[in-house]
Amino acid sequence: MDNAKLLSKTQILVDSDLTRVPMHTLKLVQQDEADIQIPVVAVAPSADAEGATVITVADKLDAEAHYLLSARELGKTWAIGPSITTLMISTILSAALINNFVFTRYLGLCVFFGVTRKKDTAIGMGVTFTVVAFLSGLISWLFHHFALAPLKLEFLQIIAFIGVVACLVQASDSILRKIRPTLHRKFGIYLVLITTNCIILAVPLLNASKHAGFVESISLSMGAGLGFALALFLMSCAREKVELAPVPPVFRGLPVAFIIAGLFALSFLGFSGLKLFF
Amino acid sequence: MSVTPPTVSVLLTRGLFSENPVFRLALSLCPAVAVTTAVENGLMLGIAVFFVQVLSSMTASIFKKWINPKIRIPVYTIIIALWVTVMDMLLAAYFPSTYEKVGLYVKLIVAFAIIISRMELFAAKNPVLPSTFDGVGMGLGFLLAMLLAGAFRELLGNGSFFGYPLVHFQPLFLLVLPAGGFFTIGLIMALFNWVDLLRGNTLPKASGGHG
Repeated sequence: MDNAKLLSKTQILVDSDLTRVPMHTLKLVQQDEADIQIPVVAVAPSADAEGATVITVADKLDAEAHYLLSARELGKTWAIGPSITTLMISTILSAALINNFVFTRYLGLCVFFGVTRKKDTAIGMGVTFTVVAFLSGLISWLFHHFALAPLKLEFLQIIAFIGVVACLVQASDSILRKIRPTLHRKFGIYLVLITTNCIILAVPLLNASKHAGFVESISLSMGAGLGFALALFLMSCAREKVELAPVPPVFRGLPVAFIIAGLFALSFLGFSGLKLFF
Repeated sequence: MSVTPPTVSVLLTRGLFSENPVFRLALSLCPAVAVTTAVENGLMLGIAVFFVQVLSSMTASIFKKWINPKIRIPVYTIIIALWVTVMDMLLAAYFPSTYEKVGLYVKLIVAFAIIISRMELFAAKNPVLPSTFDGVGMGLGFLLAMLLAGAFRELLGNGSFFGYPLVHFQPLFLLVLPAGGFFTIGLIMALFNWVDLLRGNTLPKASGGHG
């Protein structure tokens, strides 16, 4: 496969000379939807690079999607995908803000409402969770990619991933206690709570169902952790204020916390449609 | 609890109101907010949790003599994961269209605090039969919570019940949005508190969700 990359919303730069190939024999499709052809409207030699071609298409292309371009006459295929940095930034951003795990996917709520009564506990949990989520995403991906998938044991996903998480939490608890007792005294209690947090399990499951690559997997776990930490911090700030407000007795405590979370969820809707790359 | 075992009727009904897993114990909140956009989704997840809860409580109670207390939590988790895998495959095979919407949450039943907390607090100390009844009661309570939230959101947000259109009005789109789930649970929790006040009980001390 030769190189090809997106230049802008409607232009693709291909690393070989396609000017003499008839335009109708060029076929451009999105990787998941091979039946829907994206029409090519112009083929021109590139101004900057020798022997390269710029292809203009009718539809708008997505910088975060994967495309396949094939030229029947030359018998060649080009794969066009996002670069590693694009993929990383867009995945992290999407997991942390646009599809925040707490406010738009409603995961990890038990821990979310449990630790947000004080700002200190919220920050402690946020930091611990981000680290553990990253590690468990990494290990789960390796486990899935090198053990479960080759052995066709994907139906054991749930047991395998919860096992990975439980072992990781137990291990980091013991290691931290031995090596950094002060850190353990500060963050140890949050470690135990993480096992019952659904996000930590949802991330590897989502990665496995999307057949995500390595970079995408660790970016998703990183983004999930950061998004959760952000949600915890925002919520704890709001709840500390509400503690002093005259709330009707039947709403005091959790009911009003839910209403606040709803308002946060509404405001997080504002992130939908956010795009960094054209 | 283990000194004088509660009667069967108490075991079966306390999950419905006084110890409702979602609205009272504030456990397993994620699915309650996530899948209750329609009664059907709520019903499916409720049934899945019901069976996983009953079977896991039963299994833990049967094997309690052989489980080393030091590693009981991982063992419980594996037991739950086992039954969740079974439920997951059953639902995927028999109800593929609903499963598509709630599939991820069915898998996440493993991490639901309500199931493991019932195993730890009740099944580990009690014989098989009461443990099963306790599982049934808690499972029913969860099912009720899912149906209540689902019905509220589907009726106001979509004007329908179980997919059948009932009332004709401009639906409150807000309620099927992610945010609507939070509002619904908050309102129903407050309603539970209010009913409790009317019955002359004092409000339970504001307890944060835990576990």
